[in-house]
Amino acid sequence: MTNTTEPDLTTPTTVNVSRFVRLLRSLGPLLALAIVVLGFAIADKIVGQGRFSEMRNVRVVLVLTAPVAVAALGMTLVIIAGGIDLSAGTAAMLCTTVLACSLNQGHSVTLAVLLTLGVGATCGLTNGLLIGMLRIPPFIVTLGTMTIFLGIAKRLAQGSTVFVERDRIPDWLSKLSSTMPPDWIGIYPNIANGVWLAILVAGLVAILLNQSVVGRQLFAIGSSESTARLCGVNILATKVLVYSIAGVLVGVAGIYTFSLVKMANPVEGIGRELKFIAAVVIGGGSLSGGHGSVLGTLAGATIMGVIASGCDQLGIQNSTQDIMIGAIIIAAVTLDQYRRRRREAA
Amino acid sequence: MSQPTTQPILSMHGIEKRFGATQALKGISLTANAGETMALIGENGAGKSTLMKILSGAHSPDAGTMMLDGQVYRPRGPHEARKVGIAMIYQELSLAPDLSVEENIMLGQERSHFGFIQKSQHQLRVRHVLSLLGHADLNPERKVGSLSIGTQQIVEIARGLASDAKVMVFDEPTSSLAAHDVQELFRLIRRLQTQGLAIVYISHFLEEIREIAHRYVVLRDGKSAGDGLLQDISNRQIVSMMVGRNVDELFPKVPHSMGETVLDVSGLSGVPMPRSVSLKLRSGEVMGLFGLIGAGRTETLRHLMGLDGPSSGSVLIRGRQGRATPQARIRDGLGMVSEDRKGEGLSQSMSIVDNLTLSDLKPYSKLGLLNLTKRRKEADRWMKTLSIKARSPLQSVSQLSGGNQQKVAIARVLHQDATILLLDEPTRGIDVGTKAEIYQWVGELAAKGKSILFVSSYLPELMAVCDTIGVMAKGRLREVRPTHDWTQSELLSVAVSTD
Repeated sequence: MTNTTEPDLTTPTTVNVSRFVRLLRSLGPLLALAIVVLGFAIADKIVGQGRFSEMRNVRVVLVLTAPVAVAALGMTLVIIAGGIDLSAGTAAMLCTTVLACSLNQGHSVTLAVLLTLGVGATCGLTNGLLIGMLRIPPFIVTLGTMTIFLGIAKRLAQGSTVFVERDRIPDWLSKLSSTMPPDWIGIYPNIANGVWLAILVAGLVAILLNQSVVGRQLFAIGSSESTARLCGVNILATKVLVYSIAGVLVGVAGIYTFSLVKMANPVEGIGRELKFIAAVVIGGGSLSGGHGSVLGTLAGATIMGVIASGCDQLGIQNSTQDIMIGAIIIAAVTLDQYRRRRREAA
Repeated sequence: MSQPTTQPILSMHGIEKRFGATQALKGISLTANAGETMALIGENGAGKSTLMKILSGAHSPDAGTMMLDGQVYRPRGPHEARKVGIAMIYQELSLAPDLSVEENIMLGQERSHFGFIQKSQHQLRVRHVLSLLGHADLNPERKVGSLSIGTQQIVEIARGLASDAKVMVFDEPTSSLAAHDVQELFRLIRRLQTQGLAIVYISHFLEEIREIAHRYVVLRDGKSAGDGLLQDISNRQIVSMMVGRNVDELFPKVPHSMGETVLDVSGLSGVPMPRSVSLKLRSGEVMGLFGLIGAGRTETLRHLMGLDGPSSGSVLIRGRQGRATPQARIRDGLGMVSEDRKGEGLSQSMSIVDNLTLSDLKPYSKLGLLNLTKRRKEADRWMKTLSIKARSPLQSVSQLSGGNQQKVAIARVLHQDATILLLDEPTRGIDVGTKAEIYQWVGELAAKGKSILFVSSYLPELMAVCDTIGVMAKGRLREVRPTHDWTQSELLSVAVSTD
């Protein structure tokens, strides 16, 4: 094992090949998205009414995807750091409830939004502190806080759904997730403000992940926590930070949800976290940590949105959608594992 | 030493084994005679374990023949190997702690009638083998977990005897034994010899080998590097055979001198180890730490680095008592290379540049954002300096060879500009060429006034590289002396000393 004749690895051609392969690998989830979109578009042209490919439908899909995508970006950070956040679903709905209640209370919109994001951040901070300080696995901690956040939201909502009168909802908040084209863009792509905001958030998260000190530390903790410790990474601080950022993004997702439905029903949050996790996993994130990307997660979230919309257009039953998404999750992970094993064998 | 009869029980001839692209064994031959101990010597990765796995039926050879007791021996698996008389005694004992002595000895060779164990036959058999070993007093009903390591080893040997072993292989059997247990083990091995067993003894403690063995085979890079009678060869010659070059080439000497104390440790203790360790490390000093596995060397380094805790005692770095966290220690100039390269030393799924710079990202960060180009260039520079072979700094560390991985781990400590380096088994499992480079760097670093704490179980490298050597046993630092005041046997006897 000591004197294997090592091939010359320094030739420039191999560098180019590896760069190309890396590019392809990062585009994998986008490729899958393209295939899904194309598949539905063709099927819709043949057997449907051709509405799937209309710009109006694109806007609907994106507006419905945005809340999932934003929360899933936070989940991406958490999962890359080797954690998991099962409380994200109920926390997002708690944030929606906080927003609805504070609007009803007659608070100013700025205060209501700040309050909402603050509650999101606090939820994340709580998770991070409990995980970092009690040294309990994130799965267990967030399983607990998931129920706690649900309980708090229910108490706020007094056990029912919180409705908000139309005139209490500011115009910009309604338009955040509007399926109508925004008035400030005359040309394509005239998608909702909220979607633009989500793209901006994605850009910031990408910079955080790939260009920042914290990003490197996140990957290090997720790949091998003991190595990170050896290298002097402050594990507790980094974890608390990551869960808090994820919490803020959950808060943003909560605002999106409110702008879509204009009410808050805490129970709706149950199980939503699984969608966030699914988006990350379809996008190439690994639940054992150290892997994941912004582009992948965005693609993952959009794939789920496209399938839902496509199935609606084609009149395919809701139950079939569930089965399809489930199969895609398993296929995505299988493919990823296969690629990773081949890379390690090489 | 009992007089050996020269009647080969086991002969292996022209054994070849290939794993993927790696030729692990290239035409190895060895014979083991009845009543004789054969020493199998070689560095980590030389092919000793592969050869023994072929003998024990865990691997099948690609080419070559084996004869056992005059018959062609071609085991289809470990079970068959054991049935025809091959017994393996591993470094890590393979006993079931919750079963009794008797159950362990008869495990896998139970005598039964229609599925019911014949208890009386078991008792007879166990009593017989224990008395053969001179341990008739050992209670067969005791749970093995409650016995000392030394006694557990006796049970393991008894298990081999109970299966009518003709050849017994000892794989580094003394690495976790105390001195009197080692002597007891040697008594047992001599007893086994007089019963006509052939013994294969694997160890890299040359003194031990001289005490117990008659003949030797040295393996290097999967080839036989020499064999013969131990009485005809010096230790220096054996080491040359193991490393495949002159000892002076392997251990290049870089002149350096020592200055004032930079690391002053007194009474450093943790649970369960270290126990009240005190030492002074000067600038430009290379201090070796020797000891058996479990002597507390790694624990000492980890407590120094602030990785394990809580610890008591004081650690003064240049006269200052800093906080015992890895962050603070790195700021104070400490850097550590872990013995566990895969698990802790490197983040396997991350790239070379990420691993290399992780402990010090400051030079590249502005407001928390990294200058990736600058960082990559710096990694490129270190890869050239230490001649790390890789496609690019962005290649993942898991794809590198062991030697190149270790270079990345060392490069990280150099990159963070540590002045006190804690190296834990830095040459384990890497090729001889890289070892020689590491010895050279250690010398050069000392010449630059850096201090190095060098943990190793490999005496020749400690003797060649270190200015001073300390020996640890049972969590305590027993004794520190300048290297030239130690002999290998003195080092060993302190290492196996008990309280």
